[in-house]
Amino acid sequence: MSIATCRVDTMDEQDKFALLTQVIEEYERKPSNLIQVLHYAQSIFGFVGADVQRVIAQKMDLPLAKITGVLTFYSFFSTAPRGRHIISVCLGTACFIRGGQPILDHLKEILGIDVGETTEDQRFSLEIRRCIGACGMGPSLIIDEQVFKRLNVSGIEQILDEFE
Amino acid sequence: MNSNRGEDMYQTGIESVRSKKDLETIQAEFIQYGKKFPWRALVCSGASCMSSNCQGVKDALESALEKYELQSAVDVVVTGCMGACSTGPTLIIEPEDVFYCGLQPKDMDELVRIHFLEKTICREKTFFNLNTGEYIPYLKDVPFFKGQEKIVLQNCGRIDFRSVEEYIANDGYLALHKALTQMSRNQVIQEISDAKLRGRGGGGFPTGLKWKLASKNESDDKYVICNANEGDPGAFMDRSLLEGDPHGIIEGMAIGGYAIGANRGVVYVKAEYSKAIERTEEAIRRAREINLLGESIFGTDFSFDIEIRIGAGAFICGEETALIASVEGERGEPKLKPPYPSDAGLFNKPTVINNVETIGNVAVIILKGAAWYSAFGTEESTGTKVFALAGNINNSGLVEVPMGTSLREILFDMGGGIPEGKKFKAALPGGPCGGCVTEEHLDVPMDFESLPELGATTGSGELICMDEETCMVICATIGSGELICMDEETCMVDVARYFMEIAQEESCGKCIPCRVGTRRMLEILERIAKGQGKEGDIELLVELGNVIKDSAFCGLGQTAPNPVLSTIELFRDEYEEHIHDHCCRAGICPDLSGGPCENVESGAKPSDKEL
Ligand SMILES: Cc1cc2nc3c(=O)[nH]c(=O)nc-3n(C[C@H](O)[C@H](O)[C@H](O)COP(=O)(O)O)c2cc1C
Repeated sequence: MSIATCRVDTMDEQDKFALLTQVIEEYERKPSNLIQVLHYAQSIFGFVGADVQRVIAQKMDLPLAKITGVLTFYSFFSTAPRGRHIISVCLGTACFIRGGQPILDHLKEILGIDVGETTEDQRFSLEIRRCIGACGMGPSLIIDEQVFKRLNVSGIEQILDEFE
Repeated sequence: MNSNRGEDMYQTGIESVRSKKDLETIQAEFIQYGKKFPWRALVCSGASCMSSNCQGVKDALESALEKYELQSAVDVVVTGCMGACSTGPTLIIEPEDVFYCGLQPKDMDELVRIHFLEKTICREKTFFNLNTGEYIPYLKDVPFFKGQEKIVLQNCGRIDFRSVEEYIANDGYLALHKALTQMSRNQVIQEISDAKLRGRGGGGFPTGLKWKLASKNESDDKYVICNANEGDPGAFMDRSLLEGDPHGIIEGMAIGGYAIGANRGVVYVKAEYSKAIERTEEAIRRAREINLLGESIFGTDFSFDIEIRIGAGAFICGEETALIASVEGERGEPKLKPPYPSDAGLFNKPTVINNVETIGNVAVIILKGAAWYSAFGTEESTGTKVFALAGNINNSGLVEVPMGTSLREILFDMGGGIPEGKKFKAALPGGPCGGCVTEEHLDVPMDFESLPELGATTGSGELICMDEETCMVICATIGSGELICMDEETCMVDVARYFMEIAQEESCGKCIPCRVGTRRMLEILERIAKGQGKEGDIELLVELGNVIKDSAFCGLGQTAPNPVLSTIELFRDEYEEHIHDHCCRAGICPDLSGGPCENVESGAKPSDKEL
């Protein structure tokens, strides 16, 4: 089973927890599989909140503090709900050199949020990526799966308009 | 990306590959299959081309082929990264080896008609040389590819990464067969040692020696780990290799497993690399299916299997002890060495950790021998290095060059120099742990020996180029291969601040010098960039930097100050201008006046360059 193949958009909470339990069982409740379990948890629930952490702790027979400790160490995991659309501004060195920072600053300004935050209407979350591998075309950003390249500050609003 | 090859793609009927003869059968059958098509059209689906809609180009190519009833004449093959990322989407047509680039779906009808029906070259879609104003149709003539030596990347961009048959047709798994059936474990290790293979992950540790240490430890369980965390912020070599030639990595790991006596392998890959994960997963599944992984491979008593572990966004997890902690499900904090992983690594068992590119060299060394391999590169740094060339450079992308190739050749011959006629300012081989190389040192050979003499390393292969307006603060290493080129519009203070911000963000917090020290340094740099720099700030940065280097627990902290120290050494006048004149000559720092900065009497010594 690959993380990418989870189809969870239509599930209710109960089914999601059932799926999580199934994942934990597949991973044989081994503590060494915790990070892989957290990946699944995040793709099932969108984020790994306190309730999900408690369930994982209980099912894997690990202290809650351990779950939280590991979870918060890794920047890929989120403990709060994220927006409908994730904007990831590439700040790999190449995009940085080619003007990624002003793009990020502009986004922060028009969205009124900082990196790692979500707008009040839950429309956008703002993140940084260090290199998306499109270095020849920087500066670039990704919204959800879509890559936007050779950006300049003035075109940003127009891009956001495409996302409800 | 899907391909029409789908069902009619050649798949071997052999259910379990047991012998060399089986490999040869697959090879012959594949060649037979290929003969059905007069042409092969290779469509690059590296990360950069995917972001430029290579899928659309491929779809349009296929509809055009259908329209002109050419489907049975042209085999459309989806490949990994061809390297010429800034010209994507790209297409190679074999057997002529014509290189088309900058394609759009709407171009494909005409291209198909001209190339395959009229049998001439569609010139306007070939590579345009900015310097001579000419189109260059053949791949071998394109400056970006000239001077490259593809050993590790031999399959990348040349074969269908999904096809184990095609990998085998290109001599794949012959090296594993040779190792298992004709060589003892020690002979394998000796071959790798004789080839003088050194780690490409940044450290340059001799791979043969590392394997030998692990092989000598008796244990029921041992592990081979492939480090694909690729944390350097401008690096995409390892990712491209995994995406474009996953079987090459599987074969290299299996040979490593045989050499040290390990039955299990782990690929630790960062979570953002979803394509690399997907393609590697698929390759592992396929290899298992025909028994190239699993129990008694090639009928020998050697068993080996690989699992993928997905990282979760932590640069530090590229450090080997932190990586091990992460695979064990812990916070990725580094541990004290010794014990070294070769003695007590994953789950306390003897473990070899190698970088993706290092592993990518293994099969070819075993197949062609140490003597063949060490003819490439220099006396002490053999073979090639893959660089991710980016920044202020015309042809950015992935280049593989013999060790010892000069930075000038890479940046100006292959890279095509700085865009818009701007002036070269500095290159940053080795990314965040390295230092800068300026004009006067452009002829330094890129190898393990020469760069450290400059206070630089080859790093991992990230190579970033910057212009004069980039504000930079770096030191150089061959490191991992990140190679960033910077032009005159690069502000060196800003660059230093950028790398310090990453170091600070990625510091795991275990030791004080790194946790607190990088924050203090970042604060000072931010102050300087805002025009609030104080007398003595530069001295304080140097002092702090040196203390952190000497006292940090692991490589992250020990190298974090390098960009700052290197830029201070090479571009001290820019720091002085920021502090004393509130001026950023590159015009990057928004709170300061832009250049040219008047060289007011400020205690700043004009740089030698200006004199
Ligand atoms: C902070 C830090 C980050 C590192 N990141 C990576 C990485 O992303 N990939 C890698 O191969 N090695 C990385 N290394 C080096 C590894 O610790 C290790 O030396 C390497 O994987 C060994 O493989 P090699 O001998 O084949 O180069 C990193 C080291 C440090 C200190």
